[in-house]
This record gives sequence, structure tokens and C-alpha cells, in this order.
Amino acid sequence: MNKKKNPLLSGPYLVWTAAFIIIPLILIVYYGLTSSEGTFTWANIMEIATPENRKALWLALLLSVISTALCLIMAYPLAMILSNLKFNATGLIVMIFIIPMWMNFLLRTLAWQTLLEKNGIINMVLKFLHLPALNIINTPYAIVLGMVYNFLPFMLLPIYNSLVKMDRNVINAARDLGAGEFQTFTKIILPLSLPGVISGITMVFVPSLTTFVISDLLGGSKILLIGNVIEQKFKQGSNWNVGSGLSLVLMVFILISMAIMQKYDKDGEGAAF
Amino acid sequence: MKRFLSLTLSGALLLGALSGCAKIEDAKDSTEAAGTETAAAAGGKVVVYNWGEYLDPEVIDMFEEETGIKVVYEEFETNEIMYPKVAAGAISYDVVCPSDYMIQKMIENDLLQEINFDNIPNLKNIGEEYLSWSEEFDPGNKYSVPYCWGTVGILYNKAMVEEPVDSWDILWDEKYKDNILMQDSVRDALMVALKKLGYSMNTDSEEEISQATQLLIEQKPLVQAYVIDQVRDKMIGNEAALGVIYSGEAIYTQRENPDLEYVVPKEGSNLWIDSWVIPKNAQNVANAEAFINFLCRPDIALMNFDYITYSTPNKAARELIEDEDIRNSTIAFPTSDMLEGCETYQYLGDETDNIYNTYWNKVKSS
Amino acid sequence: MRKALQRIYLVFIFVLLYAPILTLIILSFNASKTRAKWGGWTAKWYVSLFQNSAIMDALYNTLIIAVLSATIATLLGLTAALSLNSMRRRSRTIILGVINIPMLNAEIVTGISLMLVFIALGNFLTQFGYTIQFGFWTVLIGHITFNLPYVVLSIMPKLKQLNRSTYEAALDLGASPMRAFFRVVLPDIMPGVFSGFLLAFTLSLDDFVITHFVKGPGFETLSTKIYTEVRKGIKPEMYALSTLLFVSVLVLLLIVNVKPKEKNK
Repeated sequence: MNKKKNPLLSGPYLVWTAAFIIIPLILIVYYGLTSSEGTFTWANIMEIATPENRKALWLALLLSVISTALCLIMAYPLAMILSNLKFNATGLIVMIFIIPMWMNFLLRTLAWQTLLEKNGIINMVLKFLHLPALNIINTPYAIVLGMVYNFLPFMLLPIYNSLVKMDRNVINAARDLGAGEFQTFTKIILPLSLPGVISGITMVFVPSLTTFVISDLLGGSKILLIGNVIEQKFKQGSNWNVGSGLSLVLMVFILISMAIMQKYDKDGEGAAF
Repeated sequence: MKRFLSLTLSGALLLGALSGCAKIEDAKDSTEAAGTETAAAAGGKVVVYNWGEYLDPEVIDMFEEETGIKVVYEEFETNEIMYPKVAAGAISYDVVCPSDYMIQKMIENDLLQEINFDNIPNLKNIGEEYLSWSEEFDPGNKYSVPYCWGTVGILYNKAMVEEPVDSWDILWDEKYKDNILMQDSVRDALMVALKKLGYSMNTDSEEEISQATQLLIEQKPLVQAYVIDQVRDKMIGNEAALGVIYSGEAIYTQRENPDLEYVVPKEGSNLWIDSWVIPKNAQNVANAEAFINFLCRPDIALMNFDYITYSTPNKAARELIEDEDIRNSTIAFPTSDMLEGCETYQYLGDETDNIYNTYWNKVKSS
Repeated sequence: MRKALQRIYLVFIFVLLYAPILTLIILSFNASKTRAKWGGWTAKWYVSLFQNSAIMDALYNTLIIAVLSATIATLLGLTAALSLNSMRRRSRTIILGVINIPMLNAEIVTGISLMLVFIALGNFLTQFGYTIQFGFWTVLIGHITFNLPYVVLSIMPKLKQLNRSTYEAALDLGASPMRAFFRVVLPDIMPGVFSGFLLAFTLSLDDFVITHFVKGPGFETLSTKIYTEVRKGIKPEMYALSTLLFVSVLVLLLIVNVKPKEKNK
């Protein structure tokens, strides 16, 4: 595209990012690096080293990696099936996978509670069929289920988009040259869809790492994730300094994981970061 | 793709139309309101910040009609989420309804103004004992007017618990593994353990807090979930046998599930009061006073009691309750000997707060 | 065989996605006020829903904010993505990182920091006799800000797949850059733009934490309304509203999608 800088084009969002992203960030850094009396300190950052917080961070990383992987495993085939649909209502089909997300997040998650509970709907059905009961409510499994459920569309849409406009000729050419289905997939389709995959991973990994509502509602608040810790610092003790310090640490973690991912995005065209 | 976009947009428009039906009604309301506009302009407005679902909406309509003061109403869900918004001062609220310890914190941080009780003659309807309880967090009753109160206790399912329940000890009984619901908030959870140990729930001794924490960690494998509001729904749905809950919910849950019984354990518990206060930066003080005075009127207090089922400190309103069972209910209106050993939460200062939070985190992450 | 497997997979995901929605729909007909007990069938919540002006106001606010913030974020994100694409790698990495910050932060951090900025801005403006009212505008700005990274993340992959030579060819053939953009580039990246809009719209509908901190009294969205209701139990009217929203979107989708087919015949 035109290499000339176009001030008309870059102006608005630069102003926007400065006013509503950079200034707030400076405020967080300020809070994160000062004590409640306003003197400089590393103590807020070091809070992450307490055994409780380390455990919460580790659990959050673990659960969000699992959820992201599950989302990817579920969304990729789904996106491929959808992008191969022949009839002209693909739009409709894609929308059908998005509309559930237009119901309120809290109501949806509460609905999962109603489904999964000991005397919940799923167990009522299982009992009726004389099958063993499903007891995953208030366990990490339910949290993963909640994350996958809520963030699946964020994986689906970008992958679907990168697949749907893929040049069919390239795929056909590969086939003509004798590539098997598996080879075509690993050598052609997957690499070409990589930007979409990376966008998807980012949009699923980050919110699942910082979530606290899902772990509260589906985990029975028995499992403390780093998102819950930060939430508590801000809410319970109104301790903004420690809260900001911890979220700075979390940001660093996210940036590192993005950087690792960027390595796999060879063109340096990283959609993520 | 264009079709795609037009589809979403028209979807949004349709939804807009759906809400438009209501808008028309609103418009009607506002034309009606236009008639009283002049009155409202004379009366001005009052900005109210209250708990969610903590006031009968009809009361607001009545207040607006009688006084011509327009009510701008906002809701919060916890004291802690309310505090930064008031403290930040970006919005000047006229009347706020925090709980006991939070009122103390707001007084100490100079966020509240003294109320001129000459303008609140209906204060006479509020029972003496409630005012004297309030002194624990508002010495001299200068800043607050009690609105709702209650206890924290155990709600249990008679079909699942056969033995009599009168002590916090039962929450540590192996028999009820995975059948116990605990409160998911620092002070309420630690209160249970502290009371079981015979300590004050306002203790600032790290040793006592640590012992209580140990108890809670031992209890954790037995706990089904730490919840705040879902205790109610889960107990109604027979999901658990025992749950720690606010007394205000007891009447409602019993109505929905007759197997449920509420008890305040003999070791004592939390006696809480939510009261109306006026922040220092309030813009419409006179209207705020009129609003509080209105809420203290017996008929209005009764309407609110019927709506939210939380105990009212309004003596005159209690006399008006028609249902004798409820008027004399010891759940809604426990006698003073039942409240022996009960305390009100106090604001313990940021440092002690931190100790509590740190120890509570240990429980949660164990 | 393969077709069948694909069908089964689609149905599986479909069931997973719609199980909670179906639950909500059933709950909306529950005569009992609590979700934990079935009190028989009723349609009364649908009647009381339309009499509840507070919920209807919240619905109106929610939709206006969602449509506006998604639209503005999409436009802003589009210009950002376009100019990022023509930047050198290092500056692109930095700016992209900055844009992503609202997504990387825990929501509560974004919410509180935005509130602080608005307060500071308000204090600054009062010197000139202006005031900032917390409400519609602050919420809108907040939503645009957290929507922005999602839009950019949706558009960037499409821009990368874009074949530059067609754009250059258009220029060589004498099209103005503007015309070349609208005729060549935009149609190609449209799916990305659209899914960015869709994500932004979806996120805006759901946001609670950020909205809570930047809204003022008297301005409620459905999310903030639902959260404040949690303490005393979600009103069944909310389930009814969700059901209505869901059904109307679905019906609309079907209408829009079925018509062109008939024409094709």
C-alpha cells in the first residue's frame, strides 16, 4: 500500500490511543509503583511472589492455556466445515454460532449453573436415562467449560475469515501436484490461515487469563485465579496500588506469551503483537 | 458481505424498535411529567445511590408525585464497589445507603456530612434500639438513618439435616461434605470461624485471625461452594443442606421451600444495619433530607418491607404489618436475647483490612 | 461418511452453544420467581416486561451504545489497521501493542483507570467552565476504547492476505488512491471489517465492569441492571427479554436469508 504516511488516516486513532489508552496506562503504572502514601516502591509488584498469588497465576495460566487449546481444536474444524459449505446461506450459519453470545454473559453463565448443578437439568436427564450423574460443577472442569463456551466465537470468527477467502487455486494446485489431503492441510491451508489462528488465540487466551466471573460462578469460588486476586484487591480492600502492581505483572506475562507466539508467525506480520 | 452487514444493522434496528414500544410509553410519561416539570424544577432533583432491588419502585413514583422532586436513581451491588465511586467524587450523590462498617469508613475518611435531624421528623418512627446499635459505627447518631437490618445465620434443609441446628459447629461436620454453602466475602466467612472460636469478629489480633483461617482451611473440603447471592437459589433448589445467609432472605426462601429453617447460632453472629447517609459533596441536601424523611414514614417503610422482605427498623411500620406470623416472626424481628453475642462490623483500618484479606486469600487458594 | 461426521460435529457444537439459551427460554416461562424451582408455565413475565420502563430504558441504552461504539470502533480500527500496515515493522509492533492494552488489562483496571482519566479531564475542563457528565458519552468512549483492539485484530489478518498488486494495478490504471481503496481494498478486507464489527457489538452488549465505573446515575445498561439484580435474584423479566431478543434476531436472520433464495429460483 502507499508507503506515504497519511496524517488524515493515522491522526484520529493516534489521538484516541493517547487520550484513552496511554494516559490510563500511565495512571496504572503510577499506582503500581507507589505505596498508598505516594512514595516509590516495588512492593506491589513483588506481591506476585507470595505463595497464594503464585498459585493463582499458575492456575490461571494452566486453565487458560487448556481453554485456548480446546477452543482452537473445536473452532478450526468448525471453521473449515463452515467455509466449505456450498449454499449461499453461509452468513446465516455463521451468525447462528454468534447469536448465543448476544444473550447476556451473566445470564448465560448462570444458565450453565442451572444445567450443571447436582439437581440440575443435565443430571435430571442423565438420571432419567439411568446414567451416572455428572459432577463437574464447582471444579476446574466447569471453569474450562465456561471459558470455552464464552470465548469460542472469538476463535471461530478470525479463523473462518482467513479460510473463507483463501485462494482455492493454491489448494487445487497442491492437489494437482500430488499432495495428499494431510499434506495439503499442513503445507498450504494451515500456514495460510495462521494469521487468523494467532488473532484467535490472542482473543481467547487473554480474556480467559484475566476472567473472574466464570471462576466465581462455575468454580464455586473455591478456585482462585489471578483475575480473582486482582478483582479482590480493587474491590475488597480498595487497594488500588497492589491491584495495579499485580495487573502490571499480568500484562508482562501476556506480552511475553504474545512474543513467543510471534516467533511462529514467521513473516513478522504478527496479528497479535 | 453487504447483506451480512445490513442484516446485523437491521437486526439492531428491530431490537431498537422493540424497545421503542417502551420508549413511546416513556414519552407519554415524560409529557405527563412535563406538566409537573415546573413543579419538578422548583423541587429540583435528588441523586440516590442504593443497593440493587432495595427499594419498591412505586415508592419513587409516590415521592416524585408528592414532592415534585425528581429522583435520579442508581444501584450498586457491594459496599466495596460503591465506595470508590463516591470517594472519587466525580458524581455528587445526594443520598447513599451503605452498611455499618462502610459508614464508619466513610465518616473516618471525611466523606459524609452531618444530617440535620430537624428536617427528618419521621425519625421518631425508628426504634430506639436500632439507633443505639448504630452508635457502634456512628457515635452520636450524627450521620446515618437506619433503613434495613438483620442477622447472618444458618439456613438449613429439614429434610436433609435431622439433628437440631444451633451452633456454627455443624458447618464442620463431615456428614455434610459437599452440602455446605459458605459466604464468599472476607468478613462474613471469617466471622463464622471467629465466632466458633469464641473471639470477636472485629478482632485485630493476627493470632486469632490466623486460627480462624486454619479452621476455614480445614473446612474447605466440606464446602460445596463459596457464594454470596446464590445461597438463596441453591437452597431453594435443594442443592445443599446448610448455607450461611442473611436473615432478610430467610422469609423469602421459606415461602419458596417450606423445608428450610433459619437459625442464628448460639455463639453469636453478625448484626448488620444498612443506613441512609448524605455525602459531603451532595448538591441537593434539602431534597436528600426530604427523601430520607419520606422513607421513614410508616406506610412507605411498610411498602419497602413487603417488597424487599428485609427487616425494617421502623417500629410504626411493623405495627402495620397485617400478617401476624410475619409481624411476630423471630426471624424478621429477633428478640434481644436471641441477639446476645451478636456484634456489628466495624471498620478496622486499612492495615487490619489487609491482614483479613491476606488470610482470606490463603483460604481461597488452599 | 465424511459428510455425516461433519454434520454430527456441527450438531454437537450447536447443542453446546444453545443448551444455555434454551434453559433461559424455559426459565422465562417459569411461574416461580427463582430459577431453582419450577412453578408451572406462565407468560406473565412477558406482560410485566413491557410495563417495566427501567428495563426498557436499559435495553434502549444498551443497543444505542452497542451500535454506536461498534461502528465508531470499526471505523477507527480500520484507519488504524490501514496505516499500521504501511508502517515499518518496529513502529507497527509498538503501536499495535499500545492498541492492545485495553484487552491485555483486567477489565476492572481499564474501568478504574478510565474513570480516573474522566475525573482528571473534568477537573481540567471546569477551569474553562465546562463539566463532564458521567453517562452516555463516557460509557460510549469506554466501549470504543475496549472494542478497538478486537477490531484491529480482526482486520489485520485480512490486510495481510491482501494482494497488493491489485491495488497498485488500480493506481496504475489511473484510479485515485481513494477510489482504489474503496473499489479494490475494502471489498477484500470486508469480512475482517465485518467480523470486527460483530465482535465489538457482542462485547459491548456484554460489558459490565468498565461500564460500571464510567457510567453516571440514571444511566443503566442491561448488564449493569442484571448485575445489581443479582443480590435479590434475577428478575424473570430479564429471561423474558433475552428470549424476545433471541427470537427476534433469529426471525430476522431467517427473513433476510430466505428472500434472496426465492428470487434466485
